[in-house]
Amino acid sequence: MARVWKFGEDVNTDQIVPGRYAPYMTSEAELRKYPFIEARPEFAATVRPGDIIVAGRNFGCGSSREYAPQALKLVGVGAIIAPLFARIFYRNALNLGLPLFEADLTWLEDGAEVELDLQRCLLHTGADTIRLPAPPDFVCEVWDAGGIVPYVRLHGRFPGGTAL
Amino acid sequence: MVHDSIAPSVMRVLHEELDYERVFDPERVAVVIDHVAPAANLQTAEAQRRLRQWVRQLGITHWFDTGRGIAHQVLIEERLARPGRLIVGSDSHSTAYGAVAAFGTGMGATDIALALATGRTWLRVPPTIIVRATGRFGPGVGAKDLALWLARRLRADGATYSAIEYHGLDFLSVGERTTLATMALEVGAKAGIVAPQGLPQDRYPVPEWMSLEVTAPPGDEVIEVELTTLEPQVAAPHTVDRVVDLSDLGRVPVDVVYLGTCTNGRHEDMAAAARILRGRRIAPGVRMMVVPASSEALQQAIADGTLATLLEAGATIGTPGCGACIGRHMGVLAPGEVCLFTGNRNFRGRMGSPEAQIYLASPEVAAATALTGYIADPRTIEGWIAGN
Repeated sequence: MARVWKFGEDVNTDQIVPGRYAPYMTSEAELRKYPFIEARPEFAATVRPGDIIVAGRNFGCGSSREYAPQALKLVGVGAIIAPLFARIFYRNALNLGLPLFEADLTWLEDGAEVELDLQRCLLHTGADTIRLPAPPDFVCEVWDAGGIVPYVRLHGRFPGGTAL
Repeated sequence: MVHDSIAPSVMRVLHEELDYERVFDPERVAVVIDHVAPAANLQTAEAQRRLRQWVRQLGITHWFDTGRGIAHQVLIEERLARPGRLIVGSDSHSTAYGAVAAFGTGMGATDIALALATGRTWLRVPPTIIVRATGRFGPGVGAKDLALWLARRLRADGATYSAIEYHGLDFLSVGERTTLATMALEVGAKAGIVAPQGLPQDRYPVPEWMSLEVTAPPGDEVIEVELTTLEPQVAAPHTVDRVVDLSDLGRVPVDVVYLGTCTNGRHEDMAAAARILRGRRIAPGVRMMVVPASSEALQQAIADGTLATLLEAGATIGTPGCGACIGRHMGVLAPGEVCLFTGNRNFRGRMGSPEAQIYLASPEVAAATALTGYIADPRTIEGWIAGN
């Protein structure tokens, strides 16, 4: 089972990885130590592959730093579920193949045990099964490809675009 | 547009993941060192050395090294940003280009690498939020107050995925337009475009195909604002939308006043502060940092005596660039310190310690605050006359 990590509203990219901890300031190799280093210091050390982040609205607001979703992917975050994501964060996560779902599950408790069925967009909790809103087809296709770079290599175009 | 902070990732994706050796057109790419300018440690110094080498190898013509200034200000000054252009930048505040009626939007390293490789990107046409302003700003009130008022009205995510169009602001300078356009991102917008009426046509010509009519298709949100009724606004820690009228703030003593950034670090911002500080000294115990948005802004401030006025008042100056806005160097905040900041973000830990407090306001409020030692209304400073 995966666990739920609960966060509030307006989680910004400075909370996910502060600018002072960017690979540019430190090194690529250290990035996995830094997600939520100040906002939630126990996160990076104890998060397990497949764990789910559940947050309030406007998750990922702020800077365009791709190393924010990249750091979450590096430590194995399985998906992020929030009612609304900031635009650039959503796009960066999609490009990296990190699944995001737009849903308000803020009633889930921190530490709750869950299981995500990504293919069928289902989240199993101990008590019941939650149907997550299925993203548009092109988003699923990018996930299936493993991110936008493999998607472009595979299809020779951007989603919805003509041949490059 | 590629800046130093993201360049190493962009180079990695372009060359290692996409296997492109070149960019699509070296004359349509701008590279700027602004996020850590000058380099603050060995890591950034080495990354910048590699960036310079890369720019030379690829023959990139629009190259702006340490000290030229913040990418957004530089692209507007160099007229690389112009009405009708589509500009993608590796910085979230690339909405800035809307100041000159370009569609500017921020993206991450992978998107930027793909754009560099192919000269193309993929975008969905966003819905529009129309801001329709009437009247003129009162004394001591300006574009930053309007931007903060909009954050208060919309919330930090109120314009997510939308483009904001600003109308009725033909009298604004390019700099004031840039304040609005950079702050569009802070309410989640994909772009923030100020209608080009009133732009200097010799420098920023409007292409014929651009429609200047104000059209609000059904379903688009329209926000009306009467500028004469606006008061000086302040965003309290730790989100951009915790905005109050300054008069409702109460007494907030500060340790640092920081004037700079792509939002409010231009010559006119420094000059507005200098008008308040002329012939006076900042309060004992307050540090005032001034970091010009560009070398051009700095030179103008030297030429007309603005810089001398600020230094005589007790301010100090940094290299044009992003400065401490990202909390990496040049004046980071210690735990417990309070900063009045003319920038665009007051997130916890943004400028250094997560235990520091950042308040956002205009350059006029910054100067009044430096003078008194607490967050102050410029209109209460004796003998001050708003000059425009």
